[in-house]
Amino acid sequence: MRTLVRRLPTIRALVLCAAALATAASVGACRREERRFRESPPSATPSGVRVSALQPGTPMDTTHVRNPYENNAYAQSEGQRLYGWYNCAGCHANGGGGMGPPLMDDEWIYGSSPENIYATIIQGRPNGMPSFAGKIPTPQVWQLVTYVRSLSAQNSTGARSSRTEHMMMYPGSNSLQDPETPKNSFRPPASEMP
Amino acid sequence: MLQDGLRGALNQSVLEPAGPQAARAARLWWFAFIVATIVYLLTMGALWWAAHRARQRERRGEVAVGPESELRMTRGVTYATAATIVILLVFLVTDLSVGRTLSPVPSKHPLTIELTGHQWWWEASYADTSPHGRFTTANEIHVPVGQPVLFVLQAQDVIHSFWVPNLAGKKDLIPGYRQSMWFQADTAGLYRGQCAEFCGLQHAKMALHVVAEPASQYRQWVSQQRESAATPPDSVASRGREVFLTGQCAMCHSIEGTSAGSHAGPDLTHLASRRTIAAGTLPNTRGALAGWIVDPQRIKPGVRMPPNMLKPQDLDALLTYLQSLK
Repeated sequence: MRTLVRRLPTIRALVLCAAALATAASVGACRREERRFRESPPSATPSGVRVSALQPGTPMDTTHVRNPYENNAYAQSEGQRLYGWYNCAGCHANGGGGMGPPLMDDEWIYGSSPENIYATIIQGRPNGMPSFAGKIPTPQVWQLVTYVRSLSAQNSTGARSSRTEHMMMYPGSNSLQDPETPKNSFRPPASEMP
Repeated sequence: MLQDGLRGALNQSVLEPAGPQAARAARLWWFAFIVATIVYLLTMGALWWAAHRARQRERRGEVAVGPESELRMTRGVTYATAATIVILLVFLVTDLSVGRTLSPVPSKHPLTIELTGHQWWWEASYADTSPHGRFTTANEIHVPVGQPVLFVLQAQDVIHSFWVPNLAGKKDLIPGYRQSMWFQADTAGLYRGQCAEFCGLQHAKMALHVVAEPASQYRQWVSQQRESAATPPDSVASRGREVFLTGQCAMCHSIEGTSAGSHAGPDLTHLASRRTIAAGTLPNTRGALAGWIVDPQRIKPGVRMPPNMLKPQDLDALLTYLQSLK
């Protein structure tokens, strides 16, 4: 007991030291997300991306291109701004769909992976989707891809663009999909379907 | 032009008023400054005098505080408090009277400019009763001398503030809310305005120039601005127009008289007639324009304009076309 009392200051110093170290470590672990303004476009552009799994013969591999901005909050909010600037809303509305298909659900005619959406924007698709090749710089297309994927809650919810005043699942979400609940949860039950 | 731009940069001072609004504000400032200086000097003098006298008394061995000195102190504090209240009341009344004389627009149908703040540039639309009379420009406003100009202020994204120190005080531009203010320029000249409310990365490089000129010159400028864009004078310029219309430029900018009609970025119909580019950041020269088009993120990091990777001959043609837009 006596030795413990004598050692108390030493123990206290040790605990303080440990606490200081832990604080320093946690502060060091906090890293501000990088904002890259002068971006050279990714060298690999997804030209060999397949949009369907249907094909004759043995299945071929598809090109996978990583989105440089996946889960980057700044890119996502820039994508949100460009979505308005380039008038994506003119056909797709604010994700709910109009003349063009909705982007908030989990039905994707030409694929939902980043490289699929990239190819759709760049190549255009039948029945109305124009090609934006040469019209939108590559980094901005990837920012749009990030935002479009966030509409259907496909990327991390840790990164969010600013709250819109349009339809959404819950305040602060861009999506009708709640990541906590299974997909399609917002659909009416089968008995009410036409 | 560069010299003009530099002179404009120096011509941004509240102490050199060029109109009735700024003159009243400057007079108010001088009045407050002189009164405050006199009060400061008197206070400091009294403090020095009190300290000096106390030390003298101490040397003579007198008692510092007695019943009759307490009475003197009470009297002194009462006088000082009364003087303070009177001075503050005079300030209040002067300030209110200046505010009241400045706010009403002195004309029934003034020249009206709708000014919209964007991150990070100014859009100015000159209102007119007929749609043909309306025109839009960016970052440079021309006003006739000796005539009140009414501004309808609004913002597209965040709060900005419109401030041309030589002509008037500040007024905020608030998204979703229309405000108005007016000023009048009595002396012809080039005055620099600046966004006065922090609005993001490039807030410091969000300037606009006000050109106050005689009425005849102003009318000439208006009739020129109402015109559609000039047709390309030669084959290089027409190639430049093709580059503009088929590439990235037309996605955000508009040029009247062509198919480019997007209003995300500044209107470029009469780009060559402006003194500066990029909201007062660079002089409007061929070299500056080339640098801005190719790599705007180096000049204004974070600006909404993306880099443009153009082939050298395409860039050259584009510059020739843009410089023909007088």
